[in-house]
Amino acid sequence: MNGLLALVRRLGRGVTDAVWRLGFAARFFGLLLLYSGQSLLRVHLTIREVYFSGVLSLLIIVVSGLFVGMVLGLQGYETLQRFGSGDALGVLVALSLTRELGPVVAALLFASRAGSAVTAEIGLMKATEQLKAMDMMAVNPIARVVAPRFWGGVISMPLLAALFSAMGVFGGWLIGVVLIGVDEGAFWSQMQAAVDFRFDVVNGVIKSVVFGAAVSLIAVFEGYDCTPTAEGVSRAITRTVVSSALAILALDFVLTSFMFRGQS
Amino acid sequence: MSRTTLDLWVGFFVVIGMAALLFLSLKVGNLASANFSESYVIKAQFDNIGGLKVRAPVKSAGVVVGRVTDIGFDTGSYRAEVTFVVDTRFQFPRDTIATILTSGLLGEQYLGLEPGGDVEMLKSGEAVQITQSAVVLEKLIGQFLFNKAAETPAN
Repeated sequence: MNGLLALVRRLGRGVTDAVWRLGFAARFFGLLLLYSGQSLLRVHLTIREVYFSGVLSLLIIVVSGLFVGMVLGLQGYETLQRFGSGDALGVLVALSLTRELGPVVAALLFASRAGSAVTAEIGLMKATEQLKAMDMMAVNPIARVVAPRFWGGVISMPLLAALFSAMGVFGGWLIGVVLIGVDEGAFWSQMQAAVDFRFDVVNGVIKSVVFGAAVSLIAVFEGYDCTPTAEGVSRAITRTVVSSALAILALDFVLTSFMFRGQS
Repeated sequence: MSRTTLDLWVGFFVVIGMAALLFLSLKVGNLASANFSESYVIKAQFDNIGGLKVRAPVKSAGVVVGRVTDIGFDTGSYRAEVTFVVDTRFQFPRDTIATILTSGLLGEQYLGLEPGGDVEMLKSGEAVQITQSAVVLEKLIGQFLFNKAAETPAN
């Protein structure tokens, strides 16, 4: 009986904690947007964060995009040529990259490469009481530290996703046309006939902007909210990666169901 | 505030990101080829549209001249109403015939326009009067069987 009571109590505390954190996250997001104006006036802060989260993620994005495209080329050709439509390889590679793989995989890589770094940085700032010190000096830590990192992520993410898709298409071309010998003209012309600017490219960009905002928000929030100890920081980093991945995949489903309702 | 190496890297990053986007929209997508800046709307009613879909191409003599924008059902005549846009560069006579055709044996369906000889041209919002429905495979087979049955002398 006592054990059951303890279980119910723990469950209740867990739920209350989760709702509490969610409310705090919402208020934190509101404050972030409120102070964004101030921090965007000092553009060099955001540019610095674009460097750290965007430029330093270039290598991993380019290399993974290339490999994902090459795998798509091999696997796609393997299946398509069974139905005698190996020429449609370009369509397969381009559509899967621009619609889904580009934004999603780039966002997952971005979360583990840049999101975790942001959480660690802000978490350590909190643990060493730098955020409090800023507050003492009447420097708003949200405007000075948090907002630039958030906007840096939002700016970098669509560019990284586009780069990922472009590299993937290049990888697919490398395998399909150069290695296997699919007709080059059919590869590009069928791709261009099937990929629509508004429906495929723009929707992919919208997805990546949403993912960028979600990952950046989770990263800065986890850092800001972490327990200010070494263990707390490490937990916050783990939580960033896990909840970013879940958020990306869940948001992807929601966005896809809005964008492509199976009309064509 | 002076320029730093960091700015250079960020600029480089933004430039190649934009280049990738441009590549996706021009080389991978069809932004350059299917850009109908100015177009006019034409309607056509069909008995059966088969598998025609919104955004299917409108072709005349094999050249893409427009795109299907809407497919509806007219409850008055119980016919399908297809709305499509045609680039203003291409003008068609009023007695143009609209047909639903298939590219290849199993390819996608598109709207074909065959111009007539009228001196007056179609204006925006007008309807094509003469249309030809899509060929439905089941009906074709049915017709074939019926003809075969009719050929066989009854005994």
